[in-house]
Amino acid sequence: MSLIFSVLILGLAVMLSWPLAKGMIWAMCPGGQAGGFRQGLETLFQKVGGPAAVEGQDWKAYCRAMLLFNACMFAVVLAVLSLQRFLPLNPDGKGALEPSLIFHTAASFTTNTNLQHYSGEVSMSYFSQIFGLMWLQFVSAATGLAALAALARGLSGKTEVGNFYRDLMRATFLVLLPLAVVLAVLLVLGGVPMTLEGAATAQTLEGAVQTIARGPVAAFVAIKQLGTNGGGFFGPNSAHPFENPSFFTNLVTCVSIPLLPMACVWMFGRITGRMRHAAIVFAVMAALLMVKVGLAVHFESAPAAAFAGLPVQVTGNLEGKELRFGAAAGPVWGALTTATSNGSVNCMHDSLNPLTGLVPLIGMWLNVTFGGVGVGLINMFIYIIVGVFICGMMVGRTPEYMGRKVETREMKLALLALLVHPLFILGGTALFASTSWGLAAVHNPGAHGFTEILYEFSSAAANNGSGFEGLGDNTVPWNVATGIIMLLARFIPIVLPLAIAGSLAAKKPTPETVGTLRTDTPLFGWVILGSVVFIGALLFLPVAVLGPIAEHLAVAGK
Amino acid sequence: MRRANGDIGVFQQVMTAGRVVIVTMAICCLLYGLAILLIGQGLFPRSANGSLVCDEHGNVVGSELLAQGFARPENFWPRPSAVDYNASAAGGSNWSPKNPELRGRGRAMAARLGADSGHALPADLATASGSGLDPHITLAAAKYQAERVAAARGLSVATVTGLLERQAVRPGGALTPEPVVNVLQLNLALNRLGKHHE
Repeated sequence: MSLIFSVLILGLAVMLSWPLAKGMIWAMCPGGQAGGFRQGLETLFQKVGGPAAVEGQDWKAYCRAMLLFNACMFAVVLAVLSLQRFLPLNPDGKGALEPSLIFHTAASFTTNTNLQHYSGEVSMSYFSQIFGLMWLQFVSAATGLAALAALARGLSGKTEVGNFYRDLMRATFLVLLPLAVVLAVLLVLGGVPMTLEGAATAQTLEGAVQTIARGPVAAFVAIKQLGTNGGGFFGPNSAHPFENPSFFTNLVTCVSIPLLPMACVWMFGRITGRMRHAAIVFAVMAALLMVKVGLAVHFESAPAAAFAGLPVQVTGNLEGKELRFGAAAGPVWGALTTATSNGSVNCMHDSLNPLTGLVPLIGMWLNVTFGGVGVGLINMFIYIIVGVFICGMMVGRTPEYMGRKVETREMKLALLALLVHPLFILGGTALFASTSWGLAAVHNPGAHGFTEILYEFSSAAANNGSGFEGLGDNTVPWNVATGIIMLLARFIPIVLPLAIAGSLAAKKPTPETVGTLRTDTPLFGWVILGSVVFIGALLFLPVAVLGPIAEHLAVAGK
Repeated sequence: MRRANGDIGVFQQVMTAGRVVIVTMAICCLLYGLAILLIGQGLFPRSANGSLVCDEHGNVVGSELLAQGFARPENFWPRPSAVDYNASAAGGSNWSPKNPELRGRGRAMAARLGADSGHALPADLATASGSGLDPHITLAAAKYQAERVAAARGLSVATVTGLLERQAVRPGGALTPEPVVNVLQLNLALNRLGKHHE
């Protein structure tokens, strides 16, 4: 049954990603005759944006516009969260937020991370949720899609990579919004609340008073899932019965996690005109993802070690899991949500068995097994460039990618982009694991406590947003450190690849010969698979041994 | 080549960014939010307001989707909750699988429900859910409590077990072989059963 469930989720996502990519091309790269519907929309976007939305931008201007708009996103939401007490749609009278938490939350949602050091139903007004956080869930995902479209145009040889503002509106209104409407309606149908009424008060059957937090949940959850955002309306995210009331809602929200990242690969193939290359990349990503899903389901079918010897029936590990989703739902979701930089959870990752907990960590360390909307493939592009370079060195030829020579400048940028990720994870973990900042926040004893710190930094650097939530991370040092890491880990790996694409596009195309390393063959698939696995293992195996593997061995040894 | 950004100044850039902020917010927050709100409140008002359950006097007694802290012997008990069934601050225990506190809770639940090695406790009654509000227990966990409930209510065990079997559902059909029951609905049904008998 676990196998059928996993195959069903992945199969549905793969099948839907293909037609979705066609729609994304219609949205992001409009052709069509003047006067047609699509061209009409384009004129509208130009009018809305004004002159700066009309011009064509090279990669530098595109990045400047992206950074400017993202700075506006950050500033607007800083203001919304700071002024929460004075704004409307606050039926439960949520009060002021602590400044470092405001900084952290704004950074988190601007960067598509959605790491949450607060619980939605405790801290946030409906206005903050909808006009602050949900808005960022749309436009941050759109930023990723826009960046990927620009990268693909650059790699297909264009020095003018598009216009950021128009790409952002295309992605928001023509890709994300229609999908969100469909999913939100399905969720409402499945029983997810959608109300502006404040909390309900119930007198329970045994006479206690239960305050039932609710709100405009369905709209929020839809874009949270689709945009690889992952920030929940409630603290426990999609484990909460109001975010995810049934097996059916769990199925559709789980399929919607990898949907757009998968479609992004096909979109990349269509824009660059290299569908066979895209198919190879897709296959590598899918293979890695399937291995992770399989491992997670397998490891989680063992009971929690703490119950050994107690009169408790032996089943899969049920701590932190909801019964209505079935046995495999937690680990499948856990693998998908970290492979795609989503970060929503439907079970508590802190309570996963040690080796199951390693699977989400691997997902975030690699961050390319489909990855975030747009940015997942941008990350993979770095591995591709490195793979191409290594192969070129092995056969003694100047490496090429998409008909352009990859030389020193491109390699410097690629390695820089590759290394910021482990630097933030390992550096942050080292600093906090050796000071009271981290040690005082740890919730579980032994190696698991170290893994909590490691997980938090991996999640911030991968712009993921899930957590080992036992960690007491709503403190000034955690908020500031992970806030800064999220911002840098978001924009450096977008700007540097665009710089590489700009640099490649400025070169003369090299004609393909028999000696050219072809990027559309299974051999090339093995090359990028090797790059991802070996570079990932070199960077992260030591910390994996210190955390989850040490914990597993300690558990197994008793 | 036309120079990009040739005649577009910083002021124009900021104006455009501001306009895109306003338009995206108006459509993605206001219009989208309102549309889903109308669909929810118009077509599914009960679930859109939290699937609240009322007694015969119209008083809200809970939500069908959320667990509440049943502890009396005549009621079926839900799974343990790390947040004491607080539906305004939900959460899990976040205890690691080897955490001694998890073992302590498992032992306490086994003792409370009278489990021993010949009559092991279903694992869902020893573990807290991720939300602390899981409204279900497995059918096995309900049957485990049937004797206590039947005795406390003066019903036959067969009556209670019969009710359990009728209330049990497989949430995902064939994909979730383990049947579950909703604890609140189960206890409400028991209360109704008691009334008929009077």
